[in-house]
Amino acid sequence: MSGTIAVGRSDTKSIAAPQAANRALSGPRVTGRVVVMTLYLLFLMLPIYWLLNMSLKTNMEITSGLTLWPREITFDNYIKIFTDESWYSGYINSLTYVLINTVLSIAFALPAAYAFSRYRFLGDKHLFFWLLTNRMAPPAVFALPFFNLYSAIGLFDTPWAVALAHCLFNVPLAVWILEGFMSGVPREIDETAAIDGYSFPRFFIKIFMPLIASGVGVAAFFCFMFSWVELLLARTLTSVDTKPIAATMTRTVSAAGMDWGLLAAAGVLTIVPGALVIWFVRNYIAKGFALGRV
Amino acid sequence: MTKPLNNRAWFFVLPVFAIVAFSAILPLMTVVNYSVQDTFGNNQFFWNGIGWFQELLDPSSQLGEQFLSSLMRTLLFSAIILLIEVPLGIAVALSMPREGWTVALCLVLMAIPLLIPWNVVGTIWQVFARGDIGLLGWVVNRLGIDYNYTGDPIDAWVTIIVMDVWHWTSLVALLCYAGLKSIPDAYYQAARIDGASRWAVFSTIQLPKMRRVLLIAVLLRFMDSFMIYTEPFVLTGGGPGNATTFLSIDLVKLALGQFDLGKAAAMSLVYNLIILAICWVFYTVMTNVDAERERIEA
Repeated sequence: MSGTIAVGRSDTKSIAAPQAANRALSGPRVTGRVVVMTLYLLFLMLPIYWLLNMSLKTNMEITSGLTLWPREITFDNYIKIFTDESWYSGYINSLTYVLINTVLSIAFALPAAYAFSRYRFLGDKHLFFWLLTNRMAPPAVFALPFFNLYSAIGLFDTPWAVALAHCLFNVPLAVWILEGFMSGVPREIDETAAIDGYSFPRFFIKIFMPLIASGVGVAAFFCFMFSWVELLLARTLTSVDTKPIAATMTRTVSAAGMDWGLLAAAGVLTIVPGALVIWFVRNYIAKGFALGRV
Repeated sequence: MTKPLNNRAWFFVLPVFAIVAFSAILPLMTVVNYSVQDTFGNNQFFWNGIGWFQELLDPSSQLGEQFLSSLMRTLLFSAIILLIEVPLGIAVALSMPREGWTVALCLVLMAIPLLIPWNVVGTIWQVFARGDIGLLGWVVNRLGIDYNYTGDPIDAWVTIIVMDVWHWTSLVALLCYAGLKSIPDAYYQAARIDGASRWAVFSTIQLPKMRRVLLIAVLLRFMDSFMIYTEPFVLTGGGPGNATTFLSIDLVKLALGQFDLGKAAAMSLVYNLIILAICWVFYTVMTNVDAERERIEA
């Protein structure tokens, strides 16, 4: 419908249109595109800048009036976090369960993704859908039963409890992403390797894994991301020993009022690991976000 | 090319099945178990049959009214989020630079909000939107608009929506960008030769090619906005009053706050079933689109 209208219109504007199309399709010039992108990035960065700005101020300066940049830069808030064990252990705890979860999710998802991408089997479509529905299960539903379950098996307040609980949504996601990447590898490669006398495990590690390395990277990135940002389950399943940083942050509310500077500094530090990880996978991000399915 | 049938592939899937079932089916059974019982504390439980479900689905009861109003709020929220984020995400994806170092820079900057822990997202906006020490709240108040997200329900809604747009639009944009990148240059050259307008290029080349990823984007954004908990909880705590109490916030209040396990469990199940039903529709549409594409390509 819209196609026919557009074609009709392009007939009437047959002289002006090619230039318009050329301009739209080529090269950087200050056009609407640059404006939209700049405004959008500005919108994204302003709240983060504000957090950074606050983290470098003293509480006196924060509460005494609005300043667009710190008048006196202070690193006290950061020093406090890095020297106080109850603070920095929060980061270590969070990173521990995130890393365990990422490794577990990838290790479990690899063979399953291979099976889904290469074979049909009894109930495969239903199984795949069931796996995906777990990605859609609201963590709020599972918070309390998880607490009971992990208390019962004695894993409560260990990084393993959080890592296993996060597998609920990360394993299906990893299977989904890896399956997308694996389906892009032609099956002839498997057959040729078998004829050449490769055993299956050797083929998988020596030949297949390097071919889907970027897929593994992307899947690991996503597992890291969703485990790092989740708080509800992480907080429910830990109490003292393995409290995640996100839960530690609530300590800044005290009888003496909010410690804004410290809260902001802790917030800035939670952004750092994510930013580092993005930098490493930046070339695969676009494809990864399409879950290998473009 | 069809895949060979091989039921031994189940051995490869078994570990995933086991680990997900452990985290999914056991807790689900606990929820079902709670949902048919009542408790007065002290670990004493009484059989209640389908009582909670009846109460929940009957809008004239107190629980049913509460459930219906949070459900409506959640649906409204998801609808607004999709209406804003999908067009905006497409616009941003179309505005991405074509090549050069700016591409990587834009990608990294855009992805940053996605990797911030959700409670920190709430904290960032809690501070940013405050009238006294936050830039946004201060500027809006200076413009002469009376703005206070802790007191006024509409302000609270606007703040939560802006926060979610800030947080998640990049996901839609990155997905669309991936779809755009997969369009061969030959398509654009053909369009140029035909003298197609910018709009024609968009509606006949770019949009159809993005359909697949757009479906994924809509699916993910719908699910996540429907399940949203941490960010509004940190920002407004469900207030003022009940203005921003979404289903998940209501649920956690019931289960962990008042320890009303039976009610909370029944609510969880209904909540889960709604998500499951909508998810199934999306999934069916998606697989049909795939099948259609394969038929065209074959």
